[in-house]
Parts: sequence; structure tokens; C-alpha cells
Amino acid sequence: MGPKVIEDSRRQFLIQSMTGVSAAWLAASWPEIAAAAETSWGQYTGAWTRFAFFTQAQGATVDAMAAQIFPTTDTPGAKEAQAIIFIDTALVTFAKDQQAVVTAGLDDLSRRVTAQGGRNFESLTTAQQITLLTAIQTTPFFRAIRDLTVMGMFAAPQHGGNFNKVGWKLIGFDDSLNFHTPFGSYDV
Amino acid sequence: MQKYDPSTEVDFVVIGSGAAGGVMARQLSQAGFSVVVLEQGGWGAFGHEQDYNKDELSNRYPADVDKLISDPNLHRNTFRRNAGETATRGGHNYGCVVGGGTVTYGASSWRHLPWEFNEASVFGTMAGTGIADWPISYAELEPYYTMAEWELGISGERIDTPFMAPMSKPYPLPPQPIKSSGALAKLAAGKLGLTVVPNVAAIITEPYKGRGACINCGMCSGYGCQTKSRSSSAVALLPDAVATGKCEIRANAYVREISTDRNGKVTGAVYIDKAANNREVFQKAKVVVLSANGTETPRLLLMSKSARFPNGLANSSGVVGKYLMSGNGGGASALFDQPLNEYKGCVTGAAVLDFVPNDVKGRGFYGGGRMTARGFTSPIAYGLSGVHGAPTWGVAYKKALIEQANRKMVLANFISQMPIETNCVDLDPEVKDAWGLPAMRITSTSHPNDFKAMEFFRDKSVEILKAAGAKEVWADNISDSRGGAHSRGTCRMGNDPKTSVVNKFHRAHDVPNLFVVDGSSFVTGGRNHPTMTISALAFRAAEHLAAAAKTGNVKI
Repeated sequence: MGPKVIEDSRRQFLIQSMTGVSAAWLAASWPEIAAAAETSWGQYTGAWTRFAFFTQAQGATVDAMAAQIFPTTDTPGAKEAQAIIFIDTALVTFAKDQQAVVTAGLDDLSRRVTAQGGRNFESLTTAQQITLLTAIQTTPFFRAIRDLTVMGMFAAPQHGGNFNKVGWKLIGFDDSLNFHTPFGSYDV
Repeated sequence: MQKYDPSTEVDFVVIGSGAAGGVMARQLSQAGFSVVVLEQGGWGAFGHEQDYNKDELSNRYPADVDKLISDPNLHRNTFRRNAGETATRGGHNYGCVVGGGTVTYGASSWRHLPWEFNEASVFGTMAGTGIADWPISYAELEPYYTMAEWELGISGERIDTPFMAPMSKPYPLPPQPIKSSGALAKLAAGKLGLTVVPNVAAIITEPYKGRGACINCGMCSGYGCQTKSRSSSAVALLPDAVATGKCEIRANAYVREISTDRNGKVTGAVYIDKAANNREVFQKAKVVVLSANGTETPRLLLMSKSARFPNGLANSSGVVGKYLMSGNGGGASALFDQPLNEYKGCVTGAAVLDFVPNDVKGRGFYGGGRMTARGFTSPIAYGLSGVHGAPTWGVAYKKALIEQANRKMVLANFISQMPIETNCVDLDPEVKDAWGLPAMRITSTSHPNDFKAMEFFRDKSVEILKAAGAKEVWADNISDSRGGAHSRGTCRMGNDPKTSVVNKFHRAHDVPNLFVVDGSSFVTGGRNHPTMTISALAFRAAEHLAAAAKTGNVKI
């Protein structure tokens, strides 16, 4: 089985997992899902070619938006978490109802970029990107991408983002689900 | 599991399988009666609890089969502040699965205090409220609190203090550990002279009745428990009912009417079988026990209109649905230097008890509340809206998010809401739910006294958190209840059929073979979480009902 096949079957897993398959099934399938994620998504370099919802151009724009919403600093951000994969998957599963808002919002953003003489959002400077996003930050489109980006940081890795648990590591969240006292620094 | 044909007249139909319904089903079937439980929710992971999902995203967007809580998009409801407004879309929801709200609740299991059963006599009433004495005393209910604690499995510490109800027997299980939030509350309590104790919870801390101790997973409130350590109706009560061979549980059975005959007696219930293309089924029964929760119970009575009961079943008083009391809050959050790691262990932590009793002269308002120390918001919820005093995206957002992570605690407070006649559940005249039934409409505005209480608790929370050494404290905005958890009071019990719906044994004044047992029976709300009192009332009601059925006082 070549990498491409693994990616596609991984995609299928994800989509199925969020469209009406029971939690029991999900739990039983996690080892396979995790294995698929290790082999295919570990190689993601920012040029994802098989989006489920986005066109290639849209995917690149949203990836750049996510990188401003949750930036890479001295610690990982949306890029390293591969939030774009989460967002893309979300828009064909639990966030399907936001497809129209996102498509219209991307068209509007694209017009704004063109109006200021830019080629596309992702090729603007960081300062230009932030100015543009600030101008639209109260729109339903921006709020949708903002929330999906944050979810892509902190949802469990099997949903596509939070790659290698980078989001959880940032906030010190241990997903062992089985703890002994003392829990924190002030415990009695 | 025993199966009954719907045309077979069973002794009891119990509507609802939660804190009250589970007790009624278990006690009545163990007494030898035939029982059918009709639960509008699905099965959840009943009998295979290890499959409960701890994935936050899937929990947030569950597939229909995995839903544990009602979905306001389907169980549509509307809300308005007063009768002059047109109600708009509401977000009220409740546990909706075999086991009801106890499958996902935070499991706080406090008793009411003795004087909370006769507040009108002890403290007097107040203009604009329906404060009244209960028809039963604490002493009458005490043995059933004890029974509920031992049958269910409650952990806690019996402490001799006027802030806790006196107990004839200690809790069966030791309390949960004091987390960092509780330790910080204790630190402040030492300076301010306050009483801080571990939470009393329906969570077992040692093996009990074949179930294992809590493993402190932390994904607790809002999630099913994989280890069966939360003493829900689904693991602590319903399996015993099924084991009698006398009790059938039917999930996905959404009751739309309690049926009556021309003599005004109930004959059974008509339900929509959600799992069979919404076909209608009539289950015949000698007696109906209604335990559908403080909002669904009055709604079903109001939907069960007939020529004989034109205002809804058991509603000659006009009181069905009125005196709704939901939860009110008001507290504060604070940031500390070191990690608290509140995501480990049960969400609800230690309790500050000093402001439970009334102190009208001292505090300037009637009522009180219990303060709880806690801290955890799960990772997605934290990222979306858990960061204080920062933008919602960008470098500054990320910086604050990382700095505040695991270093915050909250004082969340549970405050008694006054019973007010105009705060109510009724049927929306326009909106229907996804099954074509009239949507629930909630009308609610808290009493001015309740706002004073919320402000007091918010300010007190700030004071305690500062005394605990917080680096920064954020006071909550005060906001009025919009329904939701802890709804009660809507079929109040009393001795007078003109002013109450059920008598002191939960029998409907108007209908001899209808019993209403759940949070709707409350007369006043109490400062503490309602579930333990619901459980105790149900154990008492079941004992009475079984005895009455055996002696012919209730015809079986």
C-alpha cells in the first residue's frame, strides 16, 4: 500500500468517524487511525493536495489565516498542529452547515486582497494579513475560521489537527485520563 | 430483560429513568410489581459503559446515537423574560438517555438542611414570592437520604457543623481528594474564618457494590463514566430493576400523552417510538409514575389535556408548570503562580459552606448558596473562551492562553432562586419540536432579592480568591437564569389541592393513580444541588407507593 492510498483511507476514516458512527466504533478503530496519521500526515509540509472541501487555493489561504490566528512563535502554532487538515475535515463533517459562510467569506477576502493590489492573502506581509483579518474579525466567516483553528489546536489528534499533541503540550494537558494525587502544586 | 406487550396492563409505567425514575423502577420492581420504564433518550452505553467517549470534539458534536443530553435543535424550546414578551428560541436542555441527567451530571449530592423544609415558618415569606413550607419535614425525609446515600454510593465527609444537615449515618465512602482549587480555598478560609469541606458526590472513591473507584480522569461532567464510578441511575439503580425480571426499560420512547378514562383515572401512556419510525404506541398501566424532570414533567401534564382535564392533567389548581426554579450563579475566576492542574479529578471541588444559611439582617437579602471551588475547562472549551483579559486571536491571545493554562481556579456558586408564580414552564403556542409536539416555553425573571444574592456571592468570591493569593481576579458578570440544569418546583407538593399539584406522598391531588416524583415536587429550591433530595424523595415515595399498592389504597 503506497502512501497515497494510506492518506485516502485515513481521510475516509476521519469523515466516517464524524458522521454518525458510534463512539464504540471510533474507540475500536483508534489504533488504525493513529497508525494512518503517523505514516501519512507526519509528512505534511503545508502543500496538502487532497482537501475534502477546499480548493488548493482556498486551502492555502485558510492555512495562512490559521497561522495568524494561532501563530508560530517560540512555540508551535496552527502550522505545526496542521490545523488546516482539521478545518478542512470539519467542513465536510460536523461543521458542514458553515460551508456557505466559509466559501462566501473566502471570496470576499479574495476581493479585498485584489482591491489593495495583492495576488492572494498568503503572499501578503504579516502586517498586511493582520490588518485585513482585523478588518473582518467580527464577521461570521472569520469567527468560523477562528473557532475551527482553535479546535484544530486542541481537539484530539485523530480529528486531523493537534499533530503530535502540540496543542495539548502548549497548555500542559495530559490526556492519560487516569491520575493520582497530588494533581497540582497546591494540593493538600 | 423482561419484555411486556404494550397491550398488557402492567402495574406501573414510570416515565423517565433518571434520579427519580431509576429509584421508582428499582424499588417497585423489587417489591414484586411489573414495571415498564419509558425513557425518551437513547440507550447511551447502558451495560457497556467502558465505551463512553472521552473525546471532547465528539462529545461536542455527537452523532445522534451517542447523544446523552437533549438537543435544543430537536427538543426545541423557547424562552422569554415575562409574559409581555414573545418567546424566542431557547437553549434549555437536560440529560436525555437511559439514566437521565445522572449519566452526565457533576454528581454533587448534598442534602437540604432541616430549615429548608419550613422556611416560611422559620423566616417568613416575602412579597412577590411563593415561599411556603413543604408538607414534610427534614426528620421525615432523613431516613431516605441515608437510604439513597447507601444504595447509590455517595462519597463525602460527615462534619458536625450548622452548615450541613445532621446525618444518622456517615457517608458510605470517603471523600474525593482536595484538589489545588480546594487547597487554595482552604488557605483563604484560614485567614477569613470560613468552613471548607470536600464535595459530597455520587462518585465512588473505593470499590462499592461491584463497581470500581474513580480514576480521576477529569472528563467528568458532561461525559459518560467509563469506570461506572459515578453512581448514576444507569449503573446504581436500573441494573437492579432489570435483574428482578419484572422491569422492562424502553429507550427512545418519547411520551406525548398520559391517557385517562372517563372516570378521570390514568390508563397508561402514549409514546412515540423514535427507534421505529416514530410510530405511536399505547402502553397500558394501572398506575403512572411521572419522573421526567422539572421541566418535561409539567410539559407532559399540560400536553395531556382532555375534556375532563381542560387545563392539563392534574392541574385543577392551575399550578402545574409554575414556580419554576432553575440554577443561578455569580462567582469569580483567579490566576495563580503555579499549575493547579484542575483537569485531573472530578470537576466540582471543595465547598465553602458559610453562606448557605439565611442571614437577612446581616447580608441584606433572603437566601443563600453554596460556593464550590473548581477550575477545569477542557482543552477545546479553554481555547475557545477560557482566556481572560486578552484578544481572541493572534500573538497576544496565544501568550495569555499559555500563561493562564492550568493556573486558574473558579469559585462557582449555587444560589437559591425564589419561587415565583410567574416563572413557569408551559406550551409554546406556535413552535413545535422535531416530533410535532408543542415546544416547551420557559418564562423566567429572577426576584430582585436573587440579584442581591448573586452580587453578594460574586463579591465574596473575589474576596476569597484574593485572600488565597491570586495574582489576578476576574469577577463574573451577573446574569439571570435562562432555564437549564437544576430546574425544579413546577408541580409543587402540598396539603391543599387548591395551591399544590401533589400531596406529601407525590400522589396527584386530582388523579388517584398518578404519581409525580422528581424535582418538580420541590416547594422551595434549597441552597444545594437538588439531585440528592430528588433521590431521597423518590425512595420515600416508592416505599409509600409499594405499601399502598399492597394494601389496596392504590389499586393494582
